[in-house]
Order: sequence, then structure tokens, then C-alpha cells
Amino acid sequence: MEDNQKVSIEQLQVQIDALKDKISQLENSRKDQLSIAVVSGDLDKVLAAMVISIAAAAMDTQVKLFFSFWSLSALRDPNKSPKGKDIISKMFGCMLPTGTKKLKLSNMNMAGMGPKMIGYLMKKQNVMSLETMFKEAGELGIEIVVCEMSMGLMGFKKEEFIDYPNLSYAGAATFVADAGESSIQLFI
Amino acid sequence: MTAEELKSVDVARSVDARGTACPGPLLEAKKAIGTIKAGDVMEILSSDEGTKQDIPKWCGKQGHEYMGWVEENGYFKVYMKKK
Repeated sequence: MEDNQKVSIEQLQVQIDALKDKISQLENSRKDQLSIAVVSGDLDKVLAAMVISIAAAAMDTQVKLFFSFWSLSALRDPNKSPKGKDIISKMFGCMLPTGTKKLKLSNMNMAGMGPKMIGYLMKKQNVMSLETMFKEAGELGIEIVVCEMSMGLMGFKKEEFIDYPNLSYAGAATFVADAGESSIQLFI
Repeated sequence: MTAEELKSVDVARSVDARGTACPGPLLEAKKAIGTIKAGDVMEILSSDEGTKQDIPKWCGKQGHEYMGWVEENGYFKVYMKKK
């Protein structure tokens, strides 16, 4: 009888150790990290992505932003004019907004009136401008990864993007890998 | 803590974030927290209603002690103690 009990306690110990291993594995697989796939190039949506990112970074959460498709417009620097584009790339470049100040609203855009009004209200109510937010984001160490594929698709060149301290270029697998280890994943 | 107790607390650093809306006050608080010692009290002045909810959340995550808030004329003072 006593022997039986001894065995069962040892077995329990083995099970507890196995559980401890699993828990530490789970803990390590979910970092205090926020991953956002920023796809929309609408002013309101890029704004949401940046506000959430800055709040997270202020709370010491690591932030990784994956900029893809329309959102790339927000990263374009209006003061830079890249050379050597083909005709379709040039057309795309002209049709798409250049920089945060030219982004449209997803609702109530009203041929550009909407963003002007929002801009006025943001200033009046002391909300940081998107431009300032990108600057703060850079200082907070928020990483921006540019989707290489959509950059090529839209004919954007690396030279036309803003000077941002933690900007890199990668593919979808990078987002998948980053998002996989993040405790928060968002798609905007 | 009651409002009277909070008002009489020794404040090591006062952060005036009344000129910024969300997430400005949180960002200001984050920037200032490095300048005070553990156990020091910091007050954050904000006219943004959300700050009253955001600072306790931030403190909870970082392990700082959230002490409470008092309403002043048109703004709030949020108190916290550094871990």
C-alpha cells in the first residue's frame, strides 16, 4: 500500500515537471508584443493604428507594424521625388496620396473637405498630428516593416519613403512570424 | 485615498499634459517616469477624461502604484507612485 502511494507521488512529480515545461513554452511563445498589419491608407485608420501603437509602446510593449498596400501612401515623403520610374509607376504615384497630410477619410471625405475639418479639429483638441505620431513612434522604438511585394506592385521606391529610424523591408512571412509571437495581433 | 489626502501628498514630479489629447498624457507620463526614483510620487495633469482610466491601466501593467485622482478646475490630477 505504502509502495503504491510512493509511486503515485513520483508520477505526479513527473507530470508537474511536464506541465511546468509546457507553461514556460507557452509563456515564451507569447511576448509582450503588438503586431499590426496596416493595410488601409485611410487617414482615420492609419490614425487608429498609430494611436494604439504609441499607447502600447508607452506601456513598454514591443510594437511591430507591417505596412502593406494602401497604407504605404502614409509613408511617402512629399519632399522626395524618386527617379527612374516607368510610366505605370508614375501614374500610380500621381494618383495615390503622398504622405500623411494627403490621406483621405474612409467616411465623409467630401472631396477633401473631411480631412481638412478633421485636421482642424485635431489641432483644436490637441490631438497629435499623424506626422508627429510617426516621429514619436520612431523615438519609442516602434518598428515599421514595409511589405516589399506591395511596394513593387504600386511602383513605390525606397527613396520616396520618410526618414524613419526603424524601417525595414520584408515579406508576409515576417509578419506571420512576428504576429505569431505577439500577444496582440490586429489588422487595420 | 481621499481627495484631501492626495492633495497633501509629496509630489516628486508634476507632469503637465493638459496640452495633449490621448495618447499624449500617457506618453508624457512614460517619458517622465524615468526621471524619478522608486517610491517617488508623480502627478499627471490632464484635461483628457480617458487619462483617469489609462494611467491606472498603465500602472497595473508596469507594477507602479496607482493612487487616485482629484478634479481641479477643468482638468484632473492623477497620482501614482513609482515601483
